[in-house]
Parts: sequence; structure tokens; C-alpha cells
Amino acid sequence: MSSTSLAQLKPGQIGIVTNLDIEEGLYRRLLATGVRIGKPIEMLRSIFSHGPLHVRIGMTEIMLRRTEAQNIKVTITS
Amino acid sequence: MKRVALLGMPNTGKSTFFNRITGASARVGNWPGMTVELMTAKLLIGSSMVEFIDLPGIYDLPGLSEDEKVVERFLETMPLDLLIVVVNTTQIERQLGLLLQLRQLQLPTLVVLNMADEAQQFGVKVDIERLSKSLGMSMVSISAKYGQGYPAFHQEIQKLLADSTPSTVQGLPHFLSHEELAPQVDALIKQSVEVPLQLSPTLTHKLDRIFLNRWLGLPLFFLIMYLLFQGIFLLGTPLQDGMEWILTAFKETYLAPLLMDLPKPLQGLLLDGIYDGVGTVATFIPMILLFFLFMTVVEDSGYLSRAAFLMDVLMSKMGLDGRSFVMILMGFGCNVPALMGTRVMQSRRLRLLSMLVIPFALCSARLQVFLFFIAILFTADQAPLVLLSLYIASFAAAFGTAYLFKGRFANSEPFILEIPPYRLPTLRHMFLRSWLELQHFVGRASNFIVIGVILVWVLTHFPPAADPASAETLAGRLGNFLAPIFEPIGIEAQLVIALMFGFVAKEIVVGALAVIYGLNDSHLTQAIVQHVDWVQAYSFMLFTLLYSPCLSTVATIRQESQNLRFTIFSLLWSFGLAWVVCFIFYQSARWLMH
Repeated sequence: MSSTSLAQLKPGQIGIVTNLDIEEGLYRRLLATGVRIGKPIEMLRSIFSHGPLHVRIGMTEIMLRRTEAQNIKVTITS
Repeated sequence: MKRVALLGMPNTGKSTFFNRITGASARVGNWPGMTVELMTAKLLIGSSMVEFIDLPGIYDLPGLSEDEKVVERFLETMPLDLLIVVVNTTQIERQLGLLLQLRQLQLPTLVVLNMADEAQQFGVKVDIERLSKSLGMSMVSISAKYGQGYPAFHQEIQKLLADSTPSTVQGLPHFLSHEELAPQVDALIKQSVEVPLQLSPTLTHKLDRIFLNRWLGLPLFFLIMYLLFQGIFLLGTPLQDGMEWILTAFKETYLAPLLMDLPKPLQGLLLDGIYDGVGTVATFIPMILLFFLFMTVVEDSGYLSRAAFLMDVLMSKMGLDGRSFVMILMGFGCNVPALMGTRVMQSRRLRLLSMLVIPFALCSARLQVFLFFIAILFTADQAPLVLLSLYIASFAAAFGTAYLFKGRFANSEPFILEIPPYRLPTLRHMFLRSWLELQHFVGRASNFIVIGVILVWVLTHFPPAADPASAETLAGRLGNFLAPIFEPIGIEAQLVIALMFGFVAKEIVVGALAVIYGLNDSHLTQAIVQHVDWVQAYSFMLFTLLYSPCLSTVATIRQESQNLRFTIFSLLWSFGLAWVVCFIFYQSARWLMH
């Protein structure tokens, strides 16, 4: 188990959210999409080097930007 | 009358559900005290008339985005008999939070677990009886898309409305956050929901491997757009020709003999004015319908959010994000709803920048003007390419504008967008949606067009001593007055009149031309070929594309931005850009051809 940020996950890897170091508005939006501490989050793809990430939380898939993902800390499980 | 409001998160199929229960009877209505328009429909349930209101999709309360604030204001001020909360069953895990927030309102509530078909497919099972009991709310399971579960829904809503009294929330409660509600949500899920531990690879994942492929994604996106426009042309042109033939035949065989005895000027106004004007616009109905049919497929299939994913890198370079791109695409239908769609954005600067670029999206009303000119001045082989070039110009204007002004509207809005599974659009929804959109188009057109066309006719036929549409008429004088502005960009006086009316609504332009040249369809074509060459026509089209969509768009920008200075700035910018672009195009094309 190693700690890293969501942006560092490779496609197919799953991380457990450990810390959300983000501003209030984004924090609440993420909570509403199902991202919160202790929940697993799977990286599906990031196709451009500066482009957004495609991730899955439970039954929900969302895209978010790399800058925001860097502030979501996870521990890799697989 | 009883009142029922529909609420839910985005992507729960709330609008599909609303359309399903209300059919084609829905209309957009203004609400006192609300800054926005909401879809409403009146239905007979049991023995009472019930008004249904479709509220915008929201994630969270209290609201951060304009949409969420709208919902809050609505709940605060409108007495309700019943609140219907639509939930995407597949994602029930994360949607219960909003439901629990809404429960704090203590309004009579019916929970509709939608997408029962998808939930089954993904292996999500809900013990409805248990969950309903724990929440103390009535609950039904349906599939809005395939129309399953409606008898139970109707039974339940009748029961709930039978002896209901409208109640208003006594001041909004202090809403608990999703975080505070998490333990409660987890307990409810554990008790009555079964979610598969391991997701089996679905069709969606296989399709995403192609459509969101690093190398294939963008080329496929452009190919899809190209095929879309090719398809509209291929299917639309024969339909349009048929419509034109019917309208002309009707005029010559029935209408003209019928009006023979009327005084000449009145005959002219009715036949060459109103009938030709309205008729020419009517021939575009098949094209517009096709456009919306195809757009509905792109939207309903879930591809639109993939497009946002693919385009976000590019959009972020221009201070916008993937959502702005989707709004621009929506603007290809009509700029007005696209402008209203920016309400999902929280940052005001991002909203304003998006609002500044959306009016450059080539909307269906402008499309109709372009189809008309392209059909006359270009060959069938050239036609789709010419149209494509106008779409490219439309994107270039939007992107260029954003790039220039991104500094002034700098924002750091985080960007999160749901990516729904791919879904097969149903024919029913495709046609219903297109029908409603077409009604909008025709409604908007007919509001302006009869008045507009009469006005054009008067301007081009007064004073009566002058030859119609000649330099001595009111229109001719006006055109000559403006000539110094429009001559350098190759737009002749007659077309300037059409542009002036186009400022009110693009739907009038073609009708106005029919009146200005005083001829019906086939002759109008010849008249235009004689008066205008392709360079002038293209310059005219570029100007039409860029100079300001229509009065409704300007009014919407004013309303949504709540800022008159921004509205005027947006108008001046688009007008100036239109002139400069046309000047460069026209002068260089002329220079190259000599």
C-alpha cells in the first residue's frame, strides 16, 4: 500500500480516498458524486497528457481535471 | 388546481420521466418571482387538475450553482401538494443524500426509482418496501425510457393527491451536508440495497475504449459531426424540394384564383408578402426536424459528455471547459437554451465567458438561411463542404473570442462532469423531443415572421409610386444610407434590408428576401443568381453567422447576465467581428480573383 494522488493512478488501478485537500465548492460537488474519504475510486483513463481523467466511484463515472485530482490523496490497493 | 414539482440529480432521466407522464402537452412557462423559465404541464389525475413542474437537476442543497438557487427559491415560495424526487436506481448509493436533504423539507414526497432496467442490468437490487418504510416516503420503481411501472406510479400519485392540501415550506431548514448524512446513507444502503462487488465489463466500457481512444477519439468525433451534417443534407433536400413544390402548386392552383378579385396591393401583400414569406420558411421544417432528431440521438446516447471529455484540453486553453463546449454544441440547435444551460456553472466569470461565445454557434435559424443560399449558388457536391466551412467559422469565432477575452474572465472553476453509460435512444423520445423543439422553432418564427414579413413588404412597396424594392422605396433609401458600411464587405442594399430584419430573428431573413425580390420560390432563386455571386453570398452568410443571433438571444443574455453593459459589449463585439471578418474575406477573395 502506497500513498499518492489520484492523478498518479494508472488505468485500472483502484485507490482508497484518504484526504481531500480542496476548496469548499469542489468538496461538496465531489461528495454529491460519491467521492469521500474511505471510498474506492478507480482510474479508467487519461488520454491526453494534460487532459482530464475518467474515473469511477461505485456505479458513477465522472471526469475531472488533473489539477483537482492532484489534491485528492489515495492509497493504492491494486 | 394541485401542484406537483419534479426534482432530482442531473442524469436521472427526470426530463424523460416528465415527458413520459405529460406527453406533448408540456410547455415552457414563466414563473412570477423566478428569473428562469420552467417546463410545466397540466394533467388530469383522478378527478383533479394537476400542474407538474420540471425543476432543474441539482446535486446538493443549499445551492452553489444558479440552478440550485432556482430550486431553493422555488421550494421556498411555491405551495406544493407533492414533491416527486426522481432517483437513478443504479446510482442510489450516492443519490440518497439529496433525498435525505429533501426530506428535511417535510413535504409530502413520492420517490421514483428510475432506470429500473439499467439497475437490473448492472445487478443493483433495491428492497423498495424496506427502504420506503425506513425513509417514511412512498416509493415506486419505473423505467421512464421503456414505460415500465407506470400503473403503480399512477395508483400511488392518485392516492397521495386524493386528499392533499398545498403546503409551503416554513423557511428553508438548515440542510445537512452530504458528509453529515453519510453514516445515515451507508446504513440505509446496507439494509436495503445490493450493489455488485465486481463490475462485469459492460458494453459501455468496450465502446469507450473506441470512442475515448487516445488516437481515435477526436477523429471519430469530427467524423460523426461530418456525417451528421451530410445526413441532414442527404435526407433533407428531397423533402424540402417536395414541400416547395406543394406550396407553389397550392398557391398557383387555389390561392391565386381565389384572391383574384381583391385590390392589387392587397393581393400582393397576401400572396407575394405573407404567403411567400411564410411558405419559404415552412420549406425548412423538414431540415430543422432532422437536425433535432440527430441531435437528440447524440445527446441521449451519452456521447455528448464524451465530447466534453475529448475537448476539455482544448477548451481549458481558452479559459473555458468541456461543459462550455457542450453548450456551444447545444447552441447549434438554438442559442437561447444553450445560454440558459450555463446556469450549471458556479463561477460567474466562466458563465460570462461562455455566454460571450455561445451566440457564435450556428443555430438552426441561421442554418436555414445558409441552406437557402448554398442550394442556389453552389453545386450539390460543394454544398456540404460550404456548410462545413461555416460550421468551422462558427467554432473559430467562438474559440477566438474566448482566447482573446480569457484574461478578462479568468476563473479557476473546478470541472466535474458525469459520464453516463451509453444508452440506446428510443424512437418515442427522439420524436417527442424533436416535435417540441420544432414547435419552439415554428412558434418563435411565427411570432416574428408575419409581422416581420408585412413590415418588409411595406418598406419595399412604399411610396407606391416607386418600383417595388427599388432605390426610391423606404427600404431602398435605408439600404443606400447604410451602403458605405456594407459596400466594402460586398453586401448589396437589398440584402442589407434582410440583415436588418435578421437582427430581430433569422427566421425572417429568407422570408424577407422573397418579399424584397417580390417573387416566389423558383423565381426568387433566379433573381438571386442574377444579383449575387458566390463571393458576395458567402460574405453575406459570414455576416449573418457572426453579427448577433436574434433579439431573443440578446434578451436572454441580458436576463442571464443581469448586466446591461455586458450585453451591449457582447453585441458590439459580435457586430465588429462580423464586419472585420467579412471585410478580410471579401476583399481578399476579390483581389485573388482578379
